[in-house]
Amino acid sequence: MNWEDAVTRTGQVIEWPYPVRYDKQNDVDVDVVVLGGGPGGCMAAISAAKKGLKVALLDKAYPKRSGGGSGFDHWLNTPNPASNVTPEDCVEWERVSFNGYSNSLSRYIAAREAYDTLLEIEKMGAKVRDLDDKFKGAPFRDEKTKFVYCYDYENRFQFRVWGATFKPAIFNECLQLGVQVFDRVIATSLLTEDGKQGARVVGATGFNMRTGEFYVFRAKATINAMNCHQGSWRFSTESIGLDTFKPNITGDGPAIMWRAGVELAQMERSKATMPPGYEYPSYGTGNWWNTWHPATIVDANGKEVPYLDADGNVVPVEDRCRPRPGQKFVAERSRHPLYCKPTMPADLADRIKKGEFVLPLYADLAGMPWYERDAIWGLMVGNEGRTKIPVIINYEAAGFNSHRDMLQNYFTLSGEPYPSMDSTMALGPFRMEAFGNGGEVVVDWDLRTNLEGLYAVGDAILAGNYWYHACTTGRYAGRKAAEYAMSLQSQPAIDARQVEEERARVYAPTKRKSGKDWIDWKELRFVGARAMQNYCGAVRNEGMMKMGLNWIRDIKNEHYPETYASNPHILLRVLETYNILTVDEIIFQACLARKASSEILGHFRQDYPEMDPPEWHKWITIKQVDGETKTGDLALDFHGDLAENYEAHNPTYRGFLKKKKA
Amino acid sequence: MKEEKAKTSDGGNKCYAFPNKPTPSMPVVIDETRCTGCNKCVTICTTDVLVANPEKGKPPIVMYPEECWYAACCVGECPEGCLTMRHPLMMRVHFKNKETGEIKRT
Repeated sequence: MNWEDAVTRTGQVIEWPYPVRYDKQNDVDVDVVVLGGGPGGCMAAISAAKKGLKVALLDKAYPKRSGGGSGFDHWLNTPNPASNVTPEDCVEWERVSFNGYSNSLSRYIAAREAYDTLLEIEKMGAKVRDLDDKFKGAPFRDEKTKFVYCYDYENRFQFRVWGATFKPAIFNECLQLGVQVFDRVIATSLLTEDGKQGARVVGATGFNMRTGEFYVFRAKATINAMNCHQGSWRFSTESIGLDTFKPNITGDGPAIMWRAGVELAQMERSKATMPPGYEYPSYGTGNWWNTWHPATIVDANGKEVPYLDADGNVVPVEDRCRPRPGQKFVAERSRHPLYCKPTMPADLADRIKKGEFVLPLYADLAGMPWYERDAIWGLMVGNEGRTKIPVIINYEAAGFNSHRDMLQNYFTLSGEPYPSMDSTMALGPFRMEAFGNGGEVVVDWDLRTNLEGLYAVGDAILAGNYWYHACTTGRYAGRKAAEYAMSLQSQPAIDARQVEEERARVYAPTKRKSGKDWIDWKELRFVGARAMQNYCGAVRNEGMMKMGLNWIRDIKNEHYPETYASNPHILLRVLETYNILTVDEIIFQACLARKASSEILGHFRQDYPEMDPPEWHKWITIKQVDGETKTGDLALDFHGDLAENYEAHNPTYRGFLKKKKA
Repeated sequence: MKEEKAKTSDGGNKCYAFPNKPTPSMPVVIDETRCTGCNKCVTICTTDVLVANPEKGKPPIVMYPEECWYAACCVGECPEGCLTMRHPLMMRVHFKNKETGEIKRT
């Protein structure tokens, strides 16, 4: 039943089904408050609760499935008993592959403790081993431990897991440990000592997207576990959910951090992608990367498209998940010759145009060894986000059989092999930000931000992403935040005026501005996206970006205040829009500050056309000080000596890599 | 508009003034003959596409269909198994029988 059905049936418009109490304030006193209940946030809450602390966890949704909770397929970068790969290796391939723009600090922490974290989550009830022996005898299975690996069957540091089982198990652990869960409560601001920007963080505010109630969390330590920013360039007023990222993922994290004076970096990074509405079901088309690696690809006549290694040699199916001769190991995301997987020919587009391969292409699972077919269709596709019901169950209900049928590929229909490699897309206006080594919060070896009392987790960390990283940094930051909270004698004081100002900001859209409240949040999102597309696109210069920045500021100052939210759900979307416009301002300023072009950052400046000049081989940081924007530099290797620093900050930690003394 | 008025009218054939539906307009189909109105789908939906029916025990309302992300968490959570996720038509994909060459779509 949709809205029309409901209205037609009763002859009445429907009243908001939840009680609306915009004027109610709930004061919550805890030791640690975690903002965001995805995998990283839940693990942080668990970690702090295990220390015996009072912990509050808030999330826009119900954390059983929120964040990346519908599932994931691979748990990466994990040194473990079956592998010789070291934490240093895990950091090095990323550093090399992303030309230095990789956060070795958080990646190193993650690699050090990822195996311990995985085993801990297994104890909570997640499935991490092939216990039912479905893959017995497969070359990627460790017959003793029953772990199954992906991408590199020899070096075995990337796990295939039953990721759809993870989030319910982790959330259940939160509940069992007495974490106070505030679902449908959205963080709106950080509270700081004396209400001053840049001061110690003493809690956060939030509101409930169903009842509209206001929350004030007073906490000794606060953990930012909110997602990366998305949606600055891409918006469709109708197909809002038909995007790689769910509509909940906006710019809340960085916008809230920004207002409090937190230091961000690499906010200028983005890359071309598809507009919303043109998506196919995620992992629901035949392809050859990531989850679908190493699916055999054939053309419309059944002719196989070869997998080639970095030396140009054809790689048969049984070797597609093994390093080529002389290669140290294969890493999932790397396109660098040192670490890359074999993949489709680099000149595939030319060969298609010349007619060597007739479109459309298909993934031929039926023609693969049983273990590869069943690992792709059922284990990887089936546990990756949005694949269990939307793809496996729905496609099979429609008659698809992986033993018999070939699934069409769509990303070669223009003749190009991949959306971001498609030359027409690369020049298009739709860009994707901050996912996979994007811009976010700068952290130290305690995963603390530049503000005392504030920690960051997972995708909220500069250049962070992936489940293994979210869970492991969550577990680590929870531990560090708890230690900090325990070192304090008393609860910090909340600044009453700061709370009142935030209340006024949050509820301003609920007041009607008669006769001129026709601009809704969708129009604001649309115009914000247009400003980004036009003035922060594939080609940039100083004048264009200043125009764009001024346009965004006009939208925020002139038009945003006219917007009206008729219920708490729409109020959430309005406030998210404010946050996205705030992030747009940050992006413009970061892009202006980087007076150089950079290939890896997707930043091309007409006025500084030289690509990646050595003097600009560094992060650009950005934060507010007394309301003024300050930009700065940070060395790409700001982490210093990895092992030394990790040891210095974790002298008593014991786990797989540093066992208890006998 | 009064409820009695709607009831005494021509029983469903009345023409209402509605804006256009957003697209896609129906991401999840609820079998209302089996739905018990437990609202577990409403709880699990990560984007609040579904809202509880103001009338207790009645099926939820698909209020914000264009915000659906098609994760089908609602389908997985339904104890009655009465929800079906529905990809919009332009997202349906084709597959080919390797032996016969027959092409079908999801």
